[in-house]
Amino acid sequence: MIKDALEHFGKFVAWQPQIYKKPENRSMYQKEIIRQMYDIGIGSLGIVFLISIFIGAVTSVQFYYQMEGTLIPPYYIGYVVRDMTIIELAPTITCLVLAGKVGSNMAAEIGGMRQKEHIDAMEIMGVNTSAYLVMPKTVAAVLVIPILVCVAAILSLLGAYVASVPTGLFTAAEYTRGVRSFFIPYNVFMMLVKAVVFAYILTSVSCYQGYFVKGGSIELGAASTRAVVFSDILILLSDYIIAVLLTA
Amino acid sequence: MIRAENIYKSFGDQEVLKGISFTFEAGKNNLIIGRSGAGKTVLLKILVGLFPPTAGKVWYNDQNLCVLKPQELRQLRLKVGMLFQGNALFDSMTIEENIRFPMDMFTKRTPAEKQKQVDYCLERVSLSGINKKFPSEISGGMQKRVGIARAIVLEPKYLFCDEPNSGLDPKTAITIDDLINGITKENKITTIINTHDMNSVMEIGDNICLVDHGKLAWQGNKSEVLSSKNETLHDFIFASPFLQKLVNQINADKI
Repeated sequence: MIKDALEHFGKFVAWQPQIYKKPENRSMYQKEIIRQMYDIGIGSLGIVFLISIFIGAVTSVQFYYQMEGTLIPPYYIGYVVRDMTIIELAPTITCLVLAGKVGSNMAAEIGGMRQKEHIDAMEIMGVNTSAYLVMPKTVAAVLVIPILVCVAAILSLLGAYVASVPTGLFTAAEYTRGVRSFFIPYNVFMMLVKAVVFAYILTSVSCYQGYFVKGGSIELGAASTRAVVFSDILILLSDYIIAVLLTA
Repeated sequence: MIRAENIYKSFGDQEVLKGISFTFEAGKNNLIIGRSGAGKTVLLKILVGLFPPTAGKVWYNDQNLCVLKPQELRQLRLKVGMLFQGNALFDSMTIEENIRFPMDMFTKRTPAEKQKQVDYCLERVSLSGINKKFPSEISGGMQKRVGIARAIVLEPKYLFCDEPNSGLDPKTAITIDDLINGITKENKITTIINTHDMNSVMEIGDNICLVDHGKLAWQGNKSEVLSSKNETLHDFIFASPFLQKLVNQINADKI
């Protein structure tokens, strides 16, 4: 198993220079990047909206439950929800969900092209398929996913407000005061670093799984599943590494 | 001209090709024939550069395909067109977009020039007027012809066809053969066709390479097929009981 993992890692690393080569035709790549940005960005807004609202809502309700009856002032809930969201929940949960939605889609799309000989056809035309099929997806994801993460962070704060203030857990003034207290801009930088790294991981791992798929529809399904599982594992691992590096 | 020189190919312990050498001539229909599993498709994929051979060389005139750098290989491939067994048309693109794709990627032609070339290619394969349809909206035979149109859009010097007649009725298969033959002769290109369709062998086989168990079993042209005493060729040609009966009947009538 370790040998397999190392083999795949080596193959993955050796494959990366093929992806970032000079495009045969810049305008074709630009068109593809814009199409991918639309698919990833607009196509994922719904799920990001839903998840972010609920994450914010649940976080605020549970913090209120833990802090109720303590000496900690209620406005601290806004502060904790904000930092939890920015530093951890918005980038990590959003990217874990996107690995399931966008990553599996990419693996299935490229894997399907491999099985239908579309990739062979492009190779014979002279297209660098590693670059044409993967680079636009990666570039689009690295540009769009940080924006989605920012949207997720804002929506989470909104979700926390909606779940707590109208239900009387604390007042709007307390929540607003908490959200505005002890703000450290560096945390936003940390969120964006995570978003960029996670975006790269989820696209490149998923594309790798699709590009090198062998066999039929069962293998394609398995590749799609592996794309999600490995992306999720690597996102969590890199989350820890980034946290250690950026908070040291 | 393409020349295969002592080609070997193994997948793990399984040796698929065992030292094949053959010259595929320009301006001719070069047929690779043989039974299923004989190694035809592997040979074709080695010739086109999709598989590297375990040993041996593939020469495109004076260029050895096996030692080309990726950039040189891509330059060479601009001179290559290929029709795949399953057509390999891009499902999410219209017929016009499929044919235009190589031009979009590699040429700086104006939209009007590209449109003219797309229309010419569609007319050449007798499919004018289906520009806006998707591959799923046309028949298998039409998809083959669109595949040919896409393969010839950049005016290649080398045309590869993998089982062009598979899954087609005999009449449509003849149309495809005639089309490939016409394109080969008109443009004097090197066409390599991988087939086990006997009609193709007898109608357009200018230069035939019979592969059996990974080895070159026979070579010749369509006029030499019936007079050949080669057993492997005989077994392959007359594998159909119907054909065997027909030949016996003709021989009996002659007597």
